[in-house]
Amino acid sequence: MTSAAGVRTEPPTLAELRAAQDRSRRVLLAVLLVGMVAAAIAELVIGPAKISVYDALMALWPSSEPATQASEIVQAIRLPRLLLALCVGATLGVCGAALQGLFRNPLADPTIIGVSGGGVLGAGLVIVAGKTLAPGFLAVAGLFALPLGAFAGSMIAIIAVYGMSRISGLASGSALILAGIAINAICDGALGYLNFIAFDDQLRELVFWRLGSLGRVTWTSLPPAAVLMVISVLLMLRVAPSLNVYLLGEREAVHLGVNVERMKRVIILLVALGVGSAVALTGLIGFIGLAAPHIIRLFAGADHRIVLPGSALLGALLILCADLIARTAVAPAELPIGLLTSALGGPFFLWMLMRYRRELF
Amino acid sequence: MNQMLRFCLLIASLALLATAPARAEDGPKRVVALGSEITEIVDALGETKRLVGRDSTSLYPPEVTALPDVGYVRQLGAEGVLSLRPDLILASATAGPPEVLAQIRSAGVPIVQLSEAFTLDSLLKKVADIAKALQVEARGAELSEKLRRDTQEAEAAVAKMEGHPKVLFIIAAAGGAPMAAGRQTGADAMIALAGGENVFAEHTGYKAVSLEAAAAAAPDAIAMMAHTLDNMGGATGVATNPALKLTPAAKTRRIVAREGGYLLAFGPRLPQAITDFAKAIRSEAAQ
Repeated sequence: MTSAAGVRTEPPTLAELRAAQDRSRRVLLAVLLVGMVAAAIAELVIGPAKISVYDALMALWPSSEPATQASEIVQAIRLPRLLLALCVGATLGVCGAALQGLFRNPLADPTIIGVSGGGVLGAGLVIVAGKTLAPGFLAVAGLFALPLGAFAGSMIAIIAVYGMSRISGLASGSALILAGIAINAICDGALGYLNFIAFDDQLRELVFWRLGSLGRVTWTSLPPAAVLMVISVLLMLRVAPSLNVYLLGEREAVHLGVNVERMKRVIILLVALGVGSAVALTGLIGFIGLAAPHIIRLFAGADHRIVLPGSALLGALLILCADLIARTAVAPAELPIGLLTSALGGPFFLWMLMRYRRELF
Repeated sequence: MNQMLRFCLLIASLALLATAPARAEDGPKRVVALGSEITEIVDALGETKRLVGRDSTSLYPPEVTALPDVGYVRQLGAEGVLSLRPDLILASATAGPPEVLAQIRSAGVPIVQLSEAFTLDSLLKKVADIAKALQVEARGAELSEKLRRDTQEAEAAVAKMEGHPKVLFIIAAAGGAPMAAGRQTGADAMIALAGGENVFAEHTGYKAVSLEAAAAAAPDAIAMMAHTLDNMGGATGVATNPALKLTPAAKTRRIVAREGGYLLAFGPRLPQAITDFAKAIRSEAAQ
């Protein structure tokens, strides 16, 4: 098909184009995976406590030698934190991408449209009101109580936003963002009231939810929420083909055989489950769900089969990088990671607003 | 026989070693203090040299500010604390979050968390517990005795002072509604010890209040932490605050501002704080 001199004489076939596209996508995913693994190793070996790379990595292998403080730090603090960062980053990345697909709006993000805020409020209610109003629920739900409370809050928030978008066609355009502002304001007001009635120890808990940090995870609190997040991410990846068709338009998707209503319900449920679980363990970490999908689209286009997994990997990579800064910048003290992602994400959001201003306003 | 004798000698010397009084060099050598009153107690015991770290509220005595700061006492990070390679952590009841303390414990570093109430007994218990953890019990007993005596003297002096001034204690006014101290707070306890009357005694904890409601209670003195005074524009700012300017406190400019760790933490400076505060709410006029 090409001449001996390497100059094309015929246009490339469809199969060739596909192959080239697949190759570049594989390269992108591979680069992201390598980056994520590198960041994961960095999370394990770099930290305020000086531990050599060798010691940190050897601490992961089960050994009969007595535990040293270095191995304890890696096993009890850095490893669960790393796993949490991977889960939360992947979840926020995938959920952001799915929400942008669902609303066909480039600015949809769990924090911006109020899904995270709803989760924080749900968790706050469990902390402050749970003991007095529903002690039975706390006893039965145990470690799942906070993730479930956050899940319920996220669910209500996303259904409210989605309902509003259905009523007035708000989804595409700045109106979705305005609805998000309203939801966030309601959640913030309710949280403020919880702050007011909370006792001192509960107050400390509430402050944590607003700032966002990966620093509180333990081996007991990690598994329930991590399982829910992994489920959310894996099931969401399967929605990618339907989301691609949905991109053409709702009616077109129905004609092409996609069960649109079911797809929407699945996305809403999975976003609430994933974001709620993430919020329950970390509090508010903003803008990952906004930034990750957009960076992937810049490089690989709008196909959700690449945007969803790419956003998961990039989300995890971004969270790990932010956490590395959070843990080391002011050592031995620690910055809340939510503060960092907002500081980086705010300007990014502004840039997005400028970029999409024609479509939005 | 010879072997038997040797064995007996060995046992005897071991027993002697075991019963020998602990010396100051024994016990933990790398201590992290979390909480301003904890740091002050360690200092009052003369053991500041053992400290390798402190929280951001520990600002007294001034030389401890040279120590590494592990962050706000309620928002600690486990690895930051562990990076100082402590062999003992003395934590106030407010230290947390609890998960972070659990992480530190699981890394094998003992944490002595001290109970907290705003009373002299609670202070003495903290002194005893910290002295025990540092293995300087004798010095702890001396310090306790001194603190008990001084506090009783301070209380006796307060009892002789005239009047029971009504006090409004404002805890924070930066940006939001000011918070006033209700019952079960360090501020409430200090007002009581100083022979005053808390105008917000019907509330529990620190609550946002409208300054108008506070002014309606006609406080004779307005007290706050030093940084709150700065936030409110100094004594002039408080005295000219529209809601507060008609109160007796604003008219006499009886506005008392002290460092939080000194006035509210119930540390070893408690006796001085009681006398000082009791005098201030009766007579102090801010410039």
